Amino acid sequence: MIYPKLKRIRVLTALFFFILLSALFLDIHGIFNTQYSDYVLSLQFIPSIINFVSIPSILAAGFIVILILTVFYGRVYCSFLCPLGILMDSILFIKRKFAKKKRDIFDYQKPQNIWRYSVLAITVISLFAGSLIVILLLDPYSNFGRIITQIFRPPLEFANNILVYVLEIFDYYEIKPVDYSLWQPFAFSFSVMILAIVVFLTIISGRLFCNTLCPVGITLGLFSKFSLFKINVDELTCTGCGLCEKVCKAQCIDSSEKQIDFDRCVACYNCFDSCPTIGLVFRTAKKQIKSPIEIVDIPKRNFIIALGAFFLSNSLIVKAQEKINVYVKNKIPVYRVKPISPPGSISIANMIEKCTACQMCVSACPTKVLQPSFLDYGLTGMMVPKMDNVSGFCNYDCTICGEVCPTDAILPTKIEEKKLIQIGKVILIKDNCVVYTQKTDCGACAEHCPTKSVRMEIDDDVKLRAPFITQELCIGCGACEYICPTIPYKSIYVESNQIHLAAKPPEKIEAKPSFEVEDDFPF
Amino acid sequence: MNTMKRREFIKSGLVASAAIPFIGFPNLSVLTKKSHEKKFYDLAAIKGGEPDLMFDRAIEAVGGIKRFVKKNAKVVIKPNIGWDAAPSRAANTNPALVKRIVEHCYQAGAGDVYVFDHTCDDWRRCYTNSGIEKAVKDSNAKLVPGNQERYYQEVKVPKGSRLKDAKVHELILECDTFINVPVLKHHGSASLTIGMKNLMGIVWDRRYWHRNDLHQCIADFTSFRIPDLTVVDAYNVMMKNGPKGTSEADVAVMKSQIISTDIVAADTAAAKLFGIDLNEVKYIGIAESMKLGTSDLSKLSISRIKV
Repeated sequence: MIYPKLKRIRVLTALFFFILLSALFLDIHGIFNTQYSDYVLSLQFIPSIINFVSIPSILAAGFIVILILTVFYGRVYCSFLCPLGILMDSILFIKRKFAKKKRDIFDYQKPQNIWRYSVLAITVISLFAGSLIVILLLDPYSNFGRIITQIFRPPLEFANNILVYVLEIFDYYEIKPVDYSLWQPFAFSFSVMILAIVVFLTIISGRLFCNTLCPVGITLGLFSKFSLFKINVDELTCTGCGLCEKVCKAQCIDSSEKQIDFDRCVACYNCFDSCPTIGLVFRTAKKQIKSPIEIVDIPKRNFIIALGAFFLSNSLIVKAQEKINVYVKNKIPVYRVKPISPPGSISIANMIEKCTACQMCVSACPTKVLQPSFLDYGLTGMMVPKMDNVSGFCNYDCTICGEVCPTDAILPTKIEEKKLIQIGKVILIKDNCVVYTQKTDCGACAEHCPTKSVRMEIDDDVKLRAPFITQELCIGCGACEYICPTIPYKSIYVESNQIHLAAKPPEKIEAKPSFEVEDDFPF
Repeated sequence: MNTMKRREFIKSGLVASAAIPFIGFPNLSVLTKKSHEKKFYDLAAIKGGEPDLMFDRAIEAVGGIKRFVKKNAKVVIKPNIGWDAAPSRAANTNPALVKRIVEHCYQAGAGDVYVFDHTCDDWRRCYTNSGIEKAVKDSNAKLVPGNQERYYQEVKVPKGSRLKDAKVHELILECDTFINVPVLKHHGSASLTIGMKNLMGIVWDRRYWHRNDLHQCIADFTSFRIPDLTVVDAYNVMMKNGPKGTSEADVAVMKSQIISTDIVAADTAAAKLFGIDLNEVKYIGIAESMKLGTSDLSKLSISRIKV
């Protein structure tokens, strides 16, 4: 009989995906995060829909697989694939280990329909208004990504560095130390808050989050109303013992009435496992409930509407300004007008439209230039990653963020394409530059510039080599800004291109050797 | 010098009890030590061969590796690994040369050979893509990180005029032999990067140098510890758009190498190879006035080798 085994299958599958997903976000050495991220992340519901709507492809069709599964067997995603759901199950597992009573004790609860449909309505309204914000804040996968990146990754990095430190005492250098990210107070606090809510709700009432706050759970719940196979109580074998109700973390089994509210069932199959008589079975629904079908494809349709509607709401975005450091203290500080979005994101608009702020790119970025924003992109783009040139600069020969992005908010690019994407333009603040204020050579900016859009040329005013800018060549990588040594403020910075442009390719003129190998030495 | 280093301290604490029975045992290496009375050149310039083979020839001309690397010595080789670029871009020191130098050190009986650089681009990518990670591992040396502040120890630079103190990588402070292996390159602000400029890769805060008269700081810091040997890789030379370069088009094949114990002379000879007016490379003049070496090559005995 398959039923008693279903729970074990669920647990093993869930652990498999949970470990793979966590490893992606915890890959501090960047060893494998680009190898399998496409496959693992394609089974995440929200990223997959966003990805599919922008560029339909087989790999982007993971959400269709999830919907088909749901239409057959209910919310399989919630217990087998959803990392936040599996995290909740892990919390329950730990709770059982530490509690005096080694069993779960849940009771049937009525559905929180007001909560459920309010969250769904707000999600839909926000999509109509052209914003992904509600999904960004509530999507379980994205929240999981943030929790791992913001809360669990730093201690792992610390542990790694301690290990490196100890090994180095014994002259062993094979394990590499890692750099810590800048602390991002907002993204961190938000992640702690969500984790606290999740832990609290899980401990007091199991999967309540999934049936009241989670837009994915609620949407899939609507689909599971029409599931071909639902878990039903078998009147003949059920003894009405109520054990299944006690283990149902979705609190959707009413054992006294022998009814199961299948919309809320998260497909954990604990009930099968608990049943002493095989009194629960998957059975085709006897009667199809006719209910308004129009809700069914809302997430997809409204996302398309959202794409168009975005431009209307663009004006609503709070124009958050980032302070740029400029060299001379008594100068008026210069502000970056807009945040810089990573290469492959096409435009700020596209970035906010498709990014759920899961922080996958932030985890994978080897130079740590990608950091979660605060209000830089406006209220509707909070925590969406931006290029932070104080934290690092974009490596010229790197395209990892596009490779790992599950929603294609950052499109994958070929390295040669990426080298010509201009995400911003360099601006020099002459009055703060060492060459002009100190009258000494510097050139740190030109040194780091990969395209020579900043190069050093003699300025006759100071008789020194000074930064000379060719904006058409600039790709906005931020290396000049990162390395600029002036304090307290920078003298060179990148201003964002709200819509990315094409940079001119750096000129290639064959260099000639200063002498022929056959010549005598010039000394 | 002054203090016991962090790692040394912890290590000595850990091994102290095990070492006690052996204290007082005579150091046999002292008895077997031979002095090198042979005459050798102040500077060797070689061209026409492959980087590793040129080193084999040139090192003999300056007295052989054993002149610099004693038995069980702790050796640090400091190539330029500053950029995430393939060897063909000549932004970093030639990996074949680094590998051969490591091999020579071990042949001379070196105890440990360490290689590192404080890179400009992401260090893991620099180490790997420069080909130096593979070269170092193949030759069994240790590739050490240089991009975390904790490796760097505060030191004074007594002769410095703009640079009075700096944080220097602990391996430089601990090692017996320090071999500086720069690549000759065009450089946007310093004109050229050769031996003295390469020493920026053993300090932590380079922005300070840029703020405080770069050329003076380069010369100032050279006075802290002149490398025992400077090997200038001029096999592939980035002639423009340095120090990172934009493509292989910036690179000219010059198949040359310069070796000297005098870092100022090595830089001077390399600058002449590059074909630049010495006055443009201001730090050479400053270093000479600080008596760190000579830029007057006529004062030196030079071995000129064509392969």
